[in-house]
Amino acid sequence: MTATIQTLEPAERPPTTMSSRLDGELLEVSMGPQHPSTHGVFRMNVALEGEIVRKLKPVFGYLHRNHEKIGENATYLSSMPYTDRLDYFCSMTNNWAYALSVEKLAGIEVPERAEYLRVILAELTRLQNHASLLGFLLSDMGAWGTPLMYAFRERENILDLFESLSGSRMMCDYMRFGGCRVDADDAWLGRAKKIVDLFPKFLDEFEELILQNEIVIARTQNVGKLSPELAINAGITGPMLRACGVNYDVRKVDGYGIYPRFKFRIPLGDHGDTYDRLMMRALEMHESVEILKQALAQIQPGPVVNPKVKLRAFRPPVGEAYGRIEGPKGELGFYLISDGGPNPYRYRVRPPSFINLTVLEDLCLGHTVADVMVILGSVDIVMGEVDR
Amino acid sequence: MSEGQIDEALRSELQRQGVWVTSMQELYNWGRKNSIWPLQFGLACCAIEMIATAASRYDIARFGGEIFRPSPRQADLMIVAGTVTKKMAPQIVRLYNQMPDPKYVISMGACAISGGPFKQGYNVLKGIDRYIPVDVYIPGCPPRPEALLHAFMELQRKIDSQKLTGAGKAEHLDAKQPSEFPVPAFGEHDLQPPANPDVYHPPVLERQS
Amino acid sequence: MESLEQIKNRAELAARGAKIDIVVNPGPAQQSSLLIDNEHAAAVAQFLRNHPALTFDYCSNATGVDWLDRVIKKTTKVKTVVDGVEKEVDQTIEEKIPGYLEAVYHLYSMKHKHGPLIIRMRTANRTDGARLPSLTPIWRSAELQEREIFDLYGIHFEGHPDLRRILMWDEFVDHPMRKDYREPDDYEWEPTPHDDVLEKAKQHYTPRPQLDGAENVTAQPQ
Repeated sequence: MTATIQTLEPAERPPTTMSSRLDGELLEVSMGPQHPSTHGVFRMNVALEGEIVRKLKPVFGYLHRNHEKIGENATYLSSMPYTDRLDYFCSMTNNWAYALSVEKLAGIEVPERAEYLRVILAELTRLQNHASLLGFLLSDMGAWGTPLMYAFRERENILDLFESLSGSRMMCDYMRFGGCRVDADDAWLGRAKKIVDLFPKFLDEFEELILQNEIVIARTQNVGKLSPELAINAGITGPMLRACGVNYDVRKVDGYGIYPRFKFRIPLGDHGDTYDRLMMRALEMHESVEILKQALAQIQPGPVVNPKVKLRAFRPPVGEAYGRIEGPKGELGFYLISDGGPNPYRYRVRPPSFINLTVLEDLCLGHTVADVMVILGSVDIVMGEVDR
Repeated sequence: MSEGQIDEALRSELQRQGVWVTSMQELYNWGRKNSIWPLQFGLACCAIEMIATAASRYDIARFGGEIFRPSPRQADLMIVAGTVTKKMAPQIVRLYNQMPDPKYVISMGACAISGGPFKQGYNVLKGIDRYIPVDVYIPGCPPRPEALLHAFMELQRKIDSQKLTGAGKAEHLDAKQPSEFPVPAFGEHDLQPPANPDVYHPPVLERQS
Repeated sequence: MESLEQIKNRAELAARGAKIDIVVNPGPAQQSSLLIDNEHAAAVAQFLRNHPALTFDYCSNATGVDWLDRVIKKTTKVKTVVDGVEKEVDQTIEEKIPGYLEAVYHLYSMKHKHGPLIIRMRTANRTDGARLPSLTPIWRSAELQEREIFDLYGIHFEGHPDLRRILMWDEFVDHPMRKDYREPDDYEWEPTPHDDVLEKAKQHYTPRPQLDGAENVTAQPQ
């Protein structure tokens, strides 16, 4: 005996009055500024048709704490601790970008050991930033807790290194114009080596855990696609740009510091979707580990600060300079205008995560509201930098 | 022996006999202090340290505070973690008003206490205690996770000492005490009003020249 | 990358009538910039983006600068006749430069991997009618940044698709990054006033005569 399944023919179905009445009506939802997945106090006004995003307008300014105005009223050196608080995950790279710009502005040389320390600290920062980003992104997807715990376990190890070197876990305030504040001893370098050597183990474990995960793939592949043309025109930088297949990394293009001495590859994506952006972070961590291994092997004793630089009564000559580095989130630049005084006349931060949000609406249109959080997570924003 | 307290000698004697005696107040506060649900709400740098406190190494679950609620309707504790800007302050007061009683506030970090390093900013509120009452202040920029845990323990101590009845009973049990505060409005240059005089009592400072 | 003179000449040929000046940067960074007149800015920007040898396809940074009225003193020796004898006398000429607002763009080429090319535009004055053409139609990365310049400096970008306040709330009236902006007086209590803050605190707090000899810096306004 065969079972038959009775199906209603279309004509027999009861007329659906509900859907016809709601056709074309958009529901406006305000997401944020208090939202568990907006990575801070970010707000989006979203117009939804059912569950589909039809419009999205980001609202900024909930963490606008006047970094640039304070920077113009403070001396060059006293802005350095404020840069820690821009992108509070990556205080070391922020320090470097600012120090680099002032060094350009005043024409300051940096000793070799300081350059090595800067590279080591910047790449450690990249490791902990990308690891925590992957943790946050997965918790946005619903893997609440577990991946974040793994990521923070590794992050704490790196923060221990920062703390023993600079005295602070997050707000390191470590770099100075023409070098670094204190020297790292051999014991510190040994500990750094140990952490770097163990890091690939964590990466393998983490990648096995998440990157082949069926849910992760279903939630991220073909979600939030970005074309390379739009990405370039909209000024997208960092892993988000390289996920579209554009080979542009300031470490290679400008070759600032001593990056040309190291052998490393630039991972590139094919599709520019959320999965590629996620993979970019994982692959970049592998390359950072390679750079770290080379830098820790090559570093030689020497001075860590240029003795000619007078930090106390620091007055750079009249002029202006724009310096940029490849931060973990993208191109971080500082634009400084000096009028010869102790304070910069104009102090401007080029925040990568702010400009990367230019295309947020383009990425989210046509996707469901649940995908908005995943796309936003893959952009990797930190509100301290977005609003400054 | 005052009202609501048990004689310690009698209690230990009874305990030896296998009888556990407690008071309603002790039981109630014991339950409350060990299951504080914080609002999952970060503002700035301190929020990262708050997450670190909840994450693997520092593990706030040891103190019963790991259940971070995304909705203020389900939260007991608001950790104001980071710089409060003038644009954000009305939202924070609104969130506080939406929390059910009893509710507590930890002001985490220099910015939430007084504006901190960003005090000179035109858009920075010089302390969240201008609009809502604060129970525990944690200095630091940012405070270490241990400092947040310490503040958490201080709050537990405060909850433990709250009375259910009598003249000095807890504020949330007193119908006369307000549990909601007016939300400031956006003005042309500043928030209106710039501080709530019912809440904000700055210390009087007399300075010798 | 070609030299600034070459780029200037090419751009002036391509955008007819465009007036481009080179603003020399005296500092060690040697990042000089091109000052573009407002009328032809869009055409020049289009040229810079599309010319195959230049291809400045990536506008990295866009920002505003506020220049207040400045007085530059120049001392020159002038021959004058004093009491029938010709003498050289120092004469000081004060040149007044009226203030203006400036928008600065840092351009790079992702294709050729060169840069930066810095272009700037200046408004006629600092009043609220300060207007500049928007470069957002050419580089979309300027979209949010021009909104920020509008919010903080008050430059109206003509042709911008969505020019609203971005960081401050909508009811706010000032442009806080301008050099002459006065922030609201909200230092009710300052534990360690010093320098400027002390002056501000003194102005804020009304004196309390009953406190004999104290500096009268008290927390509660009378």
